[in-house]
Order: sequence, then C-alpha cells, then structure tokens
Amino acid sequence: MLREATDSETADHGPVTGRAGGLARTAVPLAVLGVAFVVISLAATSVGRFGVPFPHVLEIVVGRVVPLHRSWTDAEQNVVLLVRLPRILLAALVGGGLAAGGAALQATFRNPLVSPEIIGVSSGASLGGVLALLFGLGAVFQVGGAFCFGVFALALVYGITASRSAVPVLMIVLAGVVTGAFFSALVSLVTYVADPYTTLPAIVFWLLGSVASATYAKVTLAALPILAGVALLVSLRWRINVLSLGDEDAASVGLRPRRLRWAVLAAVALVVAGAVAVSGVISWVGLVVPHLVRMWVGPDHRVLLPASVLMGAIYLVGMDTLARTLTAGEVPLGVLTATVGAPTFFVLLRRNRHRIWDHA
Amino acid sequence: MLELAGVGHRYVRSRWVFRGLSLRLSPGTVTAVLGPNGRGKTTLLRCAAGLLTPTEGAVRRDGPVGYVPQVHGATFGYRVLDMVLMGRVRHVATFGVPGRRDRRAAWDAMARVGITHLAERPVTELSGGEAQLVLVARAVASGCQVLALDEPATGLDLHNQVRVLNLMRELARQGMTLLATTHHPEHALHVADGAVLMHGPTEIGAGAAADLLTGDRLSALYGIDVRIARVDQDGRPCRVLVTDYRAS
Repeated sequence: MLREATDSETADHGPVTGRAGGLARTAVPLAVLGVAFVVISLAATSVGRFGVPFPHVLEIVVGRVVPLHRSWTDAEQNVVLLVRLPRILLAALVGGGLAAGGAALQATFRNPLVSPEIIGVSSGASLGGVLALLFGLGAVFQVGGAFCFGVFALALVYGITASRSAVPVLMIVLAGVVTGAFFSALVSLVTYVADPYTTLPAIVFWLLGSVASATYAKVTLAALPILAGVALLVSLRWRINVLSLGDEDAASVGLRPRRLRWAVLAAVALVVAGAVAVSGVISWVGLVVPHLVRMWVGPDHRVLLPASVLMGAIYLVGMDTLARTLTAGEVPLGVLTATVGAPTFFVLLRRNRHRIWDHA
Repeated sequence: MLELAGVGHRYVRSRWVFRGLSLRLSPGTVTAVLGPNGRGKTTLLRCAAGLLTPTEGAVRRDGPVGYVPQVHGATFGYRVLDMVLMGRVRHVATFGVPGRRDRRAAWDAMARVGITHLAERPVTELSGGEAQLVLVARAVASGCQVLALDEPATGLDLHNQVRVLNLMRELARQGMTLLATTHHPEHALHVADGAVLMHGPTEIGAGAAADLLTGDRLSALYGIDVRIARVDQDGRPCRVLVTDYRAS
C-alpha cells in the first residue's frame, strides 16, 4: 500500500512545486520560441531583393483575415502572399519536422548525436524521390516513393543494430553509413541514366535541397505527412522519455519498447519523407537543433520535442532567408545548412567525445 | 503474492537454464536467489517479473511485478523526479503525460526510499548508491506490490549496501513482496525470509532462509568451504559468513 502523503509534504515539496517548476520549465521556453517564430517569420517576409516594409507585411497578412484599409501596392501583396509566404511556410514545416524527427531518433537510439541523415533515412527517401522524378510520376508519387524508401532504409539500419540489446553508437553510425552509401549509390545510378536535357537538371537541383520553388500546393503536400508525423511524435513525448532509458528499463516499468520504437520510427520516416519530397536533402537540421534545444530546456521530451519543432522552424526560416539574401543569386538551402551544420557537429563531437564513446 | 509452479526456461536452441522450479512468495517477505554465475538467477527473476515468458510452467501474479534492473550509465540527464515518474507508465494513457496523482505517487515513493532531496538532480550526476535507490523508487512508484530486484546491492560501497538492504526490509515490513538475486550470501542472511539456491538446471533448493542458508548448503552451492559464525553485536546475536580464502 502506498502511504498517503501528508499535507505538509504536499505543501513542502510535493505536486505544488512540481507544477510551478514545471510551468517555468515548459511554458516559458515554448512561449518564447512561439513568439520568436512569429516575429522572425514576418521579418523574413519583409526582407529580400524586393523589400516590403514590415508594417505592410503585417497589414497584408492580417488583411487576409479582417478587411483593412489598403495601404500597400499589388506588387508588395504578390511578393508577400505568392512568393515569400509559401516559401517561409515550407521552410518552417521542413525545419520543424526534421528537428522533431532528430530529437525522437536521438531518444530512440539513446544517443544525442543521431540524425535522420546519419542513419540513412534521407538517402533512402532521396532514392524514392529521384525515381519518381526519373519516371515523371508527379508529386504524390514523389512523396510516396520518398516515404517507402525512407522507411526501408530505417528498417535496414534497425535490422543491423537490433541484434543486441545495448548497441554501441559506433554500430549505429556504421549501419547508417552503410545504408546511406548504398542508397546514395543507387541515387547516382538514377542520375547517370537520367535524360541530361530533361530530368537530370530537375534531379540535381532537387537533390541540393531548396525551398525556392515553394507553392501553396507544395506546402499542402508536405504538411500532410509532416504534421501527421510531428503530431504523433509530440503526443508520444512522455513515452519517448521512457523509451530513451533502453529496452530493459522501459520493459521493467511496463512499456512495450519494440512497439513504441516502430511507431516512432514510422513517424520519423513520414516526416523525413515529406520533407525530402518537397525540398530535397536539407541536412544537419535534425542533428544540430535538438542538441541546442536540449542544452537549453534539458532532456525531457515533454518540452524538448515541441521546443525542437519551433526552434527547427525558426532555424530553417532564418537559414532560407540567408540563402536568398546573402548573394545576388541564390545559395541552395541544403548547401548552406551543411556548411553551418558540419562545423557545429564537429564542436559537439569534441565536447561530448568522452560520453559518446564510453556509452554502450 | 507471487507463485511459480513447475517453471522452466530455455532460450531458443539452447540447454535448459532451469526446470521444475516451484515457489510461493507471501506478502511481507524477502526471498533471495543465490547461485554461481550463469545458473539462471536473472532469467528466473525476469520470468517472475513477466519480462520473459517461461518455456514451461505457470507464473501466477496478483498484479504486475515491478522490476528493478541493475544500474547502468544513463544517456540523458533526466531529473530524479522525472525518472521516478517513469515508473507510472502503466497508469498513464498512451498519448498522455503524468498527472497530479502520478506526481503524488512519485513523491511518495521518493519519500519511502528516502531520496526526496535528490528530486531535482540529473540522474547522470548520481553516485551508484543513489542511482540504485532511484531505480527502487521508480518501481515503488509504479504501485506494484511485488518487486523483483536484480542484484540490488552489487557494486555499492558498504554504507550503501546496508542502506539498500535495510530499505528492502522496510518495504517488506510495509507489506510488499520482494524477490532479489544476490552474489552476497551475507546479504541474504541479513534480509531474506526465503531463499532459492540454484545449483544446476534441475537441482534447485527453495524454502525458508533459516533452512537453506547454512554453511553446508552454501559450501555445496559455491564449491568452497563456507561457514556461518554467530557473533555478539551489542548483545544481539548476528550471523556472519566465514570463507576459506586460501582455497582456490
């Protein structure tokens, strides 16, 4: 029988402080990130080759909902609503989705340095995408193909690493490298046989990773799998905590780890496939963002997962704004995130090397 | 209550780990499982806790059994409170998060185990003894009345060994049923009401600790001369284990 907690205990340190502390830990970071996301997105809408004053951006966006006195030009409205807004929405979806996927994978593999690309999912998904491009199958098949091959890649990595209960990080990284290399080779094969005048340029540009060709149709297409996957991950956020203890511990408190892990992996594959299908391979977001957020809010996925979604959205909207404003032309977004992400990974690796390699 | 009837287990395409084990654990008792390495102590524990389905025989439980695994390094630095809360998985809906009742159960479990002062500490910064107590608190928070503990005092310094053993006695006094593996017959002497001696797959002795934890039985179990000496500790009789360290 559990002994009833006395009143003094409850008042001293019980659920009362638990909740007040929880509010500061949960609500404050999420509120800060939420406000930052809205402000940064609107600011990003105003900057670019064709500058739109920030008040006009606000009026144009608000004017879609409530009728306002028109103080802006048609050109400004077109730039904001037809060019920049879909692009920013797409970057936010992809960034938020990849960051949530990275955070969930890091918990599932019990390692803070795992990301969708490291475990080969992105390579698998890109094979599905380029196959759809090669055969001219259209957007729905591009998402479907990316999803199927993404899941397949994930299953391969899992199959290689799941034979032992405690998987060293080296094994996961190697399995991911092998799987990634395999699918990259197949992607190369597809680009080799693609028609150099019609499909090849589309494939190459798509593989570089970009949200430049964003339209509301693409946003809708990406939103379905990404939001579905993110919703599943966020609603499982507390069970993901338990899963991250490892199979033995998770089972000892009554969780069925294998079932939950497959649910998480399928959700991540859904997110990554949706992201890869509309924007190609945008790497390092899923690795860097959750790690940075964890340094701020701690490892509890009840906060970490939603915070990663917001931070990932902010990060990619910011990066994409740099991509289109840094130079007169346009730097592909995937190239930019990799140039920033790889050195960041290096720093994290150095800071964590003892814990990473000691962990079995 | 926990009852094992003719339980045996073998891993796929492997020899029997143990067979024909029958055991009945009553509330308020501690039962120690002893045996040399590799005789299936942990396998027995996992069968009893329901983590493993025995190949033959039946395990009867009144409710779920809380399993306390051995301490190992944590990957993520969850706070102790959050770690203990994770014991509430069975009470939280699949898509839910722990609520007020779960937090209360966690605080209560921490109070029973005596670790409320650690609540805000990350589990990655705990000593081995503290980490062991957190795992016990997590199992207590689950509300299980039966606990299966895998070598709960192994790897701890003397002070923490005594602390964990006294905690086990206290939980039993409060009416819980405990089953624990151990490599220390002395620990069994201190806390156990019942004992299971695993000599070999079918040679298993199960019964009252007073009958089984004798010099002769332990000598046969470990293949080394073991005697139980009685010493006087401030007027109270106390049994200690004497081993022949010259034997190899």
